[in-house]
Amino acid sequence: MTLLAVERIKLFTTRSPLWCALVALAVTVGFAALIAGVDSTTPVTVASTQFGYGFGLVVIMVMAALAITTEYRFGTIRATFQAIPNRTATLLAKTAVVALFAGLIGEIVAFGSVAISKLIKSGADLSINTAFEWRTTAGVGLVYATAAVIALAVGMLVRHSAGAVSIVLVYSQVVESLVVLIPKVGDDIQKWMPFYVANRFLTGEPDATARALQDGPPPSNATLSPWWAAAYFVGFALVLLVIAIVTANKRDA
Amino acid sequence: MIEAVGLTKRYGKTVAVDDLSFTVQAGRVTGFLGPNGAGKSTTMRMILGLDAPNAGNVRIDGKRYRELHQPLRTVGALLDAKWVHPNRSARAHLRWLAKSNKLSVKRVDEVLDLVGLTGVAGRRAGGFSLGMSQRLGIAAALLGDPQVLLFDEPVNGLDPEGILWIRRFMHRLADEGRTVFVSSHLLSEMALTAQELVVIGRGRLISQSSTEEFVAQATENTVVVRSPQIALLRSALGQEGATIRDEGESLVVTGMDSAAIGELAAAKGVVLHELSPQRGSLEEAFIQLTGDSVEYHAAVGGDPAAAAATDLQPAGK
Repeated sequence: MTLLAVERIKLFTTRSPLWCALVALAVTVGFAALIAGVDSTTPVTVASTQFGYGFGLVVIMVMAALAITTEYRFGTIRATFQAIPNRTATLLAKTAVVALFAGLIGEIVAFGSVAISKLIKSGADLSINTAFEWRTTAGVGLVYATAAVIALAVGMLVRHSAGAVSIVLVYSQVVESLVVLIPKVGDDIQKWMPFYVANRFLTGEPDATARALQDGPPPSNATLSPWWAAAYFVGFALVLLVIAIVTANKRDA
Repeated sequence: MIEAVGLTKRYGKTVAVDDLSFTVQAGRVTGFLGPNGAGKSTTMRMILGLDAPNAGNVRIDGKRYRELHQPLRTVGALLDAKWVHPNRSARAHLRWLAKSNKLSVKRVDEVLDLVGLTGVAGRRAGGFSLGMSQRLGIAAALLGDPQVLLFDEPVNGLDPEGILWIRRFMHRLADEGRTVFVSSHLLSEMALTAQELVVIGRGRLISQSSTEEFVAQATENTVVVRSPQIALLRSALGQEGATIRDEGESLVVTGMDSAAIGELAAAKGVVLHELSPQRGSLEEAFIQLTGDSVEYHAAVGGDPAAAAATDLQPAGK
């Protein structure tokens, strides 16, 4: 508990995490408002309010990567290891606090998007009833939290802000989309790429209330069922985290 | 007490610290002296468990740093005053440190008061001058009221007022019975601060002794004597086996201390106008001992002593 409190103090005594949270909120909820306000031909559904979650995801990963790399940049990681020589415990505590914060932002963003759409299109059926609707909204928190863990792990390994942020962004936004361009195997590889799989968790197996396929971005065609997709994404993040923590223990701070 | 045994640290092919063994006695100020690049900071990081030695170990009161429970209560350290997030306030920085070792928030205010930063506690640490950062670093080191304190080059870059403050502070800590281990490349500073000296060069131990012994050992002690009956004195001293050199009106005597010379003069009925022991300076002692182990010799004249001397400009650099 002490270590969690330490990391909580650290996270909230600089301004950037709160700014990141606000930006994530603004871009994601803003995008939902845009869809609800501009698009009058297709009905707004619970699923369609969540199309913007990817924008918030980017901001969250930047926030998480910075949470650890600034510690390396300013040397506070050494002060931390000096105060708490158990590096595994202190890095796990940081991961827990940042992931929890990211998850919380995810929930606010997801339900905020539904709420603003409801506000704009009061006639639309935006009550969250089915298992799919719950997954596609509440699931955003899980995806944000897990993505934060991935960004933290990369940050621990790379230890430089610019490097870690570029790796995380280029990988999640570019590499995973471009991998389909590889002839023959591209499609099959993409089906197993973590962020692609995470999207499967949120958008996979939609029920009849979701908007028609042609009205939204292409859904993930990963083969895993949604909950296995979630397990796969979380598993990927945990493997990275273990590698990062083992490395941090071996390296000189 | 800090005890290092066979401490070795390699970075690739470079050996930063080479089979270094020394002890830092409890309740004294021990200076850790060496030219730039001698391995002082690396050694300090190994003491704190931040860097892992390739061989050997270092213990604090018999325990490795990583085995210490709530280490800030045992060892306080200031290795780099810049190890603070620039956008975090001084108070917030101390607050998370305090929390990590279950120290009270009251203690945070105490140490802020102790170093005189209470007035700027809410300001972001990034805007602090070096002197203020240094004070914040010392506040952090004192947070757990530790018996052992480590400071790495605490006066580096400070103005004279800051240097004086740090020096007084360190004496105060030692007077309170704490163990203080402070590194510096400034001999003049060490002469004023340290009672014991651990001297290293190129990662190797050169000597460990009291500051006085260090100077006595490494410099030739001479006594300058002036007398109206100089010829009489010279022959008397010659009979006692002292080495004598003329220097203008006076004699420079080696191999006898001032007390012996004074007694001899009295016995022979020689009047003395001057009897002054000449102490070698720390700088001379240091250069004599570390001359060969300065890592980067200055090309000028190829004189190692000159190279060392450029590092050894007294306080205020």
